Amino acid sequence: MKQRNKIIAMILMMVTIIALFMLYNTGPNLDYVIPRRAIRLATILLVGISVAYSSLIFQTITNNKILTPAIMGYESVFILFQTVIVFIYGDKTFQVITHQDNFFYAVLLMMAFSFLMYVLIFGKSKQNIYHLLLLGLVLGALFQTFGQFLQIVIDPNEFSVIQGFMFVSFNKINTDLLLIAGVTLLGALLFGQRYLKYLDVIALGREHAVNLGLNYNKLVKIYMLLISLLVSVSTALVGPVTFLGILVTNLTYELFQTRKHRYMVWLCSGIACVALLLGQFLVEHIFNFSTTVSIVVNFVGGLYFMYLMLKTRKAI
Amino acid sequence: MIYAGSIVSLLVLIWVSLFTGVKDIAMRDVFAMNSDQLLVFTIARIPRAIALVLTGAGLSVAGFIMQQLSQNKFVSPTTAGSLEAAKMGILFSILLIPQASIGMKSVAALLFTLAANLLFMLMVRRVRFRSSVFIPLVGIMFGNILAAVSTFFAFKHGIVQNVQEWMIGDFSSVLQGQYESIYLILPAVVLAYIYADQFTIVGMGASFAKNLGISYSTIVNLGLFAVSLTVSVSVVTAGAIPFLGLIVPNMVSMMMGDNLRRTLPMTALAGSIFLLFCDILGRTIIFPYEIPIGLMVGVIGGIIFLFLILRRNR
Amino acid sequence: MICFEKITKTYGKRLVLDNISCSLPKGKITSLIGPNGAGKSTLLSIISRLLDADQGKIYLDDICISDYKSGDLAKRLSILRQSNHIDLRLTVRDLVAFGRFPYSKGRLTADDQVQIDKAIHFAQLEDMAHSYIDELSGGQRQRAFIAMIIAQDTDYILLDEPLNNLDMKHAVLVMKTLRRLVDELGKTVVIVIHEINFAAQYSDYIIAMKDGKIVYNDETDQVVQAHTLKEVFGIDFDIITKNGKNICNYFNIET
Repeated sequence: MKQRNKIIAMILMMVTIIALFMLYNTGPNLDYVIPRRAIRLATILLVGISVAYSSLIFQTITNNKILTPAIMGYESVFILFQTVIVFIYGDKTFQVITHQDNFFYAVLLMMAFSFLMYVLIFGKSKQNIYHLLLLGLVLGALFQTFGQFLQIVIDPNEFSVIQGFMFVSFNKINTDLLLIAGVTLLGALLFGQRYLKYLDVIALGREHAVNLGLNYNKLVKIYMLLISLLVSVSTALVGPVTFLGILVTNLTYELFQTRKHRYMVWLCSGIACVALLLGQFLVEHIFNFSTTVSIVVNFVGGLYFMYLMLKTRKAI
Repeated sequence: MIYAGSIVSLLVLIWVSLFTGVKDIAMRDVFAMNSDQLLVFTIARIPRAIALVLTGAGLSVAGFIMQQLSQNKFVSPTTAGSLEAAKMGILFSILLIPQASIGMKSVAALLFTLAANLLFMLMVRRVRFRSSVFIPLVGIMFGNILAAVSTFFAFKHGIVQNVQEWMIGDFSSVLQGQYESIYLILPAVVLAYIYADQFTIVGMGASFAKNLGISYSTIVNLGLFAVSLTVSVSVVTAGAIPFLGLIVPNMVSMMMGDNLRRTLPMTALAGSIFLLFCDILGRTIIFPYEIPIGLMVGVIGGIIFLFLILRRNR
Repeated sequence: MICFEKITKTYGKRLVLDNISCSLPKGKITSLIGPNGAGKSTLLSIISRLLDADQGKIYLDDICISDYKSGDLAKRLSILRQSNHIDLRLTVRDLVAFGRFPYSKGRLTADDQVQIDKAIHFAQLEDMAHSYIDELSGGQRQRAFIAMIIAQDTDYILLDEPLNNLDMKHAVLVMKTLRRLVDELGKTVVIVIHEINFAAQYSDYIIAMKDGKIVYNDETDQVVQAHTLKEVFGIDFDIITKNGKNICNYFNIET
């Protein structure tokens, strides 16, 4: 019963925040403001679901509550790619490359990157998910260093273009991109749906999963594919939101008692959307765009992560 | 034997470093330099070589201390958030006092680094799952958080690009009159040598240390202080140099084993050699321009680190 | 029956299993004993497909285990390893329910519920069926995992050091449960075990291993002899026979 109350409370909160987000302080130009806000809302929902879904799966297969797929270097690949493009084309970047092409290439690159990592790790006979993580982190750090180097050399005016990529903002999305991303997400969700039930078992650990008849290696590869697709799409759409994943998954574990993934993914997605909407609302109306939602979310998520690390011995 | 070789190669590299640069100074001119050349030599070349030697030795030893304290081969200033903490310290000193002197920046960086290292050690002790790869993961996440907080403030003040600049180590700006705080690395290295055994014992745990009559918290704090001092002065003078404290101690222990008293001086030497080598390479590859050393070490060190992980994986 | 032929396994340069062949009789408890590093756990992991052998084949009822689908094998053979750290907040009943996964794929039928209750009853865990596993003692948790294996309802049950870190009472409870699994339900149980007296009291057959080879493979009483055990473990044993079963004293023997 208590559980149900919490779910109802979350739905109510979501409706309220959506209403607030859409209707607060609209001003007289309703025809102009509402459709733009609707696009932003759709983007936020899309990103929220992608991040929640991928983080939850990732934490289950790594058996770890303080990780997020974002740390595996996808974001550095994305930033480096965008930096290189801006480095080459300067402020003419978007006269040379359309947003769609840019999105497409970014997703392609990130997928290629994850594929490379799997080959490196799973190619060896002894696979270990933690080695995969560390490998991702180090490659990420490498790309990051390259990116930082280019960012220093870049003209400060052009740097603002990169800065636009580095920090999520839901303000500059075009509808075509949103549609592509939406279709991809839907496809991934439909594909992933039938694999959700195995996650409950994988949460018990590899040996138990194998004992209970799962083809562990194959499943982990499928999940990794799914994760890299989701992370790539959401990163290419709005940029990195590193700590959102940790924040929302752990809130889910704490608020809801269920451990069935087919419920958890939706609860977690709900929390992610509420968090992003709240963040975006704050950015628009309290901070007056002086900061961005990703910075706010990373800030709050980072502090929450610290709290998790220090709270109890059992958390990790 | 290895020692003699290392010292010779160190001296050779210092020599080469002194005579590498845009201003043409030939080796045979050493004793007959004109005033122009002498100026370049004393203001830029010599400070640079000294800074390289000290930073290389200091960061490797810092990594070594951290690895002893945490009993984990993959822990280092790069993988424990120390670099990000130093960056954060500099950021805050600039935000609070726009005209902050190098001394003030160093102190701020030191305080932040020390706090971050203490916090990290606290986390390491709380992590139940002591897998060799997991601890550095926690450390890197920790660094990401600190970076996120810094970014929050940097973005508000429109200095994201400047902040990036500190994260790439670069010795080309090391000049006489601005680099002297780097000498603080010397006492830190000496301290590490004196207390090397204690660091290892403390790494085995508080009760283990107590059993042998060693004060746990004193030694840990001492070690972290030495690490923080080294990291903060090196970030303030040259910027962040990733991976150095990670790979040098690892490679030395691979070649010479883990006998502390024997390997520690070698670790310091190897760090200096590695850094000098990377710096000279960075200065010559696209001569007359320079590839910042942070990038050189990041790339070379990153590749070596990958090799180390994959080797362990086997 | 489980048969394995010419199993070889190396870790790096170290030869852990050296071309061993053997069969494990059906409807019995077989104990694998031997000093540390003899290869017992590795062998058990290979038989249960947690680990791949470098060479050799394992047959389960005359079919090679690599020819089974993983899901089908899970209905024939179960394995419980010693490290069972789970950070999930599951009740004992939730955990036991996972044993039905090979059958129900997560959607429990009425029949599954019956099997789960039976398994909990069999392991005598009714009192704590709704307790969370992270709040149980080590012994209780181990029995919960054994209940999960029972719910999995496989003909073959493999356990790696099921008595590790258990006090005497829980150790006896676990061994009695295993014995009943064989006597009442006709299961085949294979365990890796360190305490020789538990093996001597509860098992039908003992396989003694040393340095990656099988040195003895016989009925329990034949293996539990002073000279054989001395050969395997390298210390002296004093054998006492009580109620037709051998007990060994090796704790402090004057030589």
